[in-house]
Amino acid sequence: MLSWVDTILQGALLGGLYALFAAGLSLIFGIMRLVNLAHGDLIVLAAFAILSAMTALGVGPVLAFLIAAPILFCIGYALQHFVLNRTLGRGVLPPLLVTFGLSIILQNALLEGFSADSRRLSAGTIETASLALLNDLAIGLMPLLTFASAVAVILALNLLFYRTAVGRAFRATSDDSEIAQLMGIDNRRIYSLAMGVAMVVVAIAALYLGIRANFDPTIGPARLLYAFEAVIIGGLGSFWGTLVGGIIIGLAQTIGAKINPEWQILAGHIAFFIVLVIHPRGLFPRAID
Amino acid sequence: MPLLATHNLDAYYGDFQALFGIETYLEEGETVAIIGANGAGKSTFLKSICGLLKVSNDCVVYAGHPIGGLRATSIVRQGIAMIPEGRRLFPSLTVEENLLIGRYGRNVAGPWTLETIFALFPILKERRSTPSTALSGGQQQMVAIGRALISNPRVLLCDEISLGLAPIVIRDIYQALQKIRETGTSVILVEQDIVRAMQTADRVYCFQEGRLSLSGKPNELTRERIQSAYFGT
Repeated sequence: MLSWVDTILQGALLGGLYALFAAGLSLIFGIMRLVNLAHGDLIVLAAFAILSAMTALGVGPVLAFLIAAPILFCIGYALQHFVLNRTLGRGVLPPLLVTFGLSIILQNALLEGFSADSRRLSAGTIETASLALLNDLAIGLMPLLTFASAVAVILALNLLFYRTAVGRAFRATSDDSEIAQLMGIDNRRIYSLAMGVAMVVVAIAALYLGIRANFDPTIGPARLLYAFEAVIIGGLGSFWGTLVGGIIIGLAQTIGAKINPEWQILAGHIAFFIVLVIHPRGLFPRAID
Repeated sequence: MPLLATHNLDAYYGDFQALFGIETYLEEGETVAIIGANGAGKSTFLKSICGLLKVSNDCVVYAGHPIGGLRATSIVRQGIAMIPEGRRLFPSLTVEENLLIGRYGRNVAGPWTLETIFALFPILKERRSTPSTALSGGQQQMVAIGRALISNPRVLLCDEISLGLAPIVIRDIYQALQKIRETGTSVILVEQDIVRAMQTADRVYCFQEGRLSLSGKPNELTRERIQSAYFGT
């Protein structure tokens, strides 16, 4: 019995990591209906950026993240401004093709620059620290911190969206980009800002990914898949939905693994499939297509 | 010098030419109505002015400067606001947010603030926190008007603001428009309802198949001349 409580607890906490993977994707998808196929590779890029800052400056992962985050914001802004904005408004195919190409370019550029070796972000003793809840039940400090960060990111994105003038502009552009221009909202600038913010969220996801597990230039697409499933389960345009989506996938994976370790990944995908069959628009759809 | 003028304005949707050499002007404080049948080019004319449709630069002159073909964001910043056909409110925004977003690009002091707009349309104050989709058609039109007004525009472009509304609601909307005119705002009014247009406007332009077919003051135009300019008979 207690081992099941443990499984569910670990699953929910793992869901926090998936929600972090997904939050940036959810933001971009929600505002400009752009499916960023390079999202997973951007997470890996951010992880390498943090790693580079750590080795170059000899600082810890958190400080390295704080240095890398503004740079990644600028990379995201520039990526949208110079590349992705040109693909919008011409149907669904151009953004898919361009981000798919970008994904391949990123993987190969990272392979060229950092080799195929597995890396990790070393965070010291906090990695193995845990909180004892009961005699036989403990939760790791890192998973707990990851989950808390996911909640904080979702909360911050909600505040940004629903309490600020920029957030109003984000939502208005998402609703009707032509009329938004009549309000003086430059939709291209809004998109670039959104991609910049998404890259900061990506950097947070990369920080926890790199501390939790090994990464190498090829693991991006699998992270994209989990992120994408979390967004779809949650429903387009709902950040809390994305968090719930991440938790559902995390739970399904750990429960699947508990029954049979081979089932871990499959169980997550089956959970995604079941939700889609019952709620084709996701659990909490918000945006209007 | 008029506040806004079009010179030999042509407009295209791809290869299709929708407007042919339109010559119009709008004086400061004046209200001009554009009438014409469906497809005459009235909405295209407004889109050419507000920047949603690219036209050549010197075709549209505002306050002495050519603004044709500038981006919509830069035109609204200079003080030309548009109330689009069909209201087109932002469904994810509340009533108040829909109003506030109107001054995103141009936030200048003037007669119109959230408070004065609520005074003009008191029902919107009651419903300020509801999603804009929960409003009736007339209330949505009020929001669309307020959203354009809050930028304190010098020129207000109104595209079919009475479309699909009950007569009593239309009367309220036009009473509000009267108050808006009294603040000195210049108005271009696209209107299907000829009688309403003639009652409201200082001058009238009639479009027919993308060309200007008639212009003049309402009391100078006879019913027959309008009919022939409208239908081309």
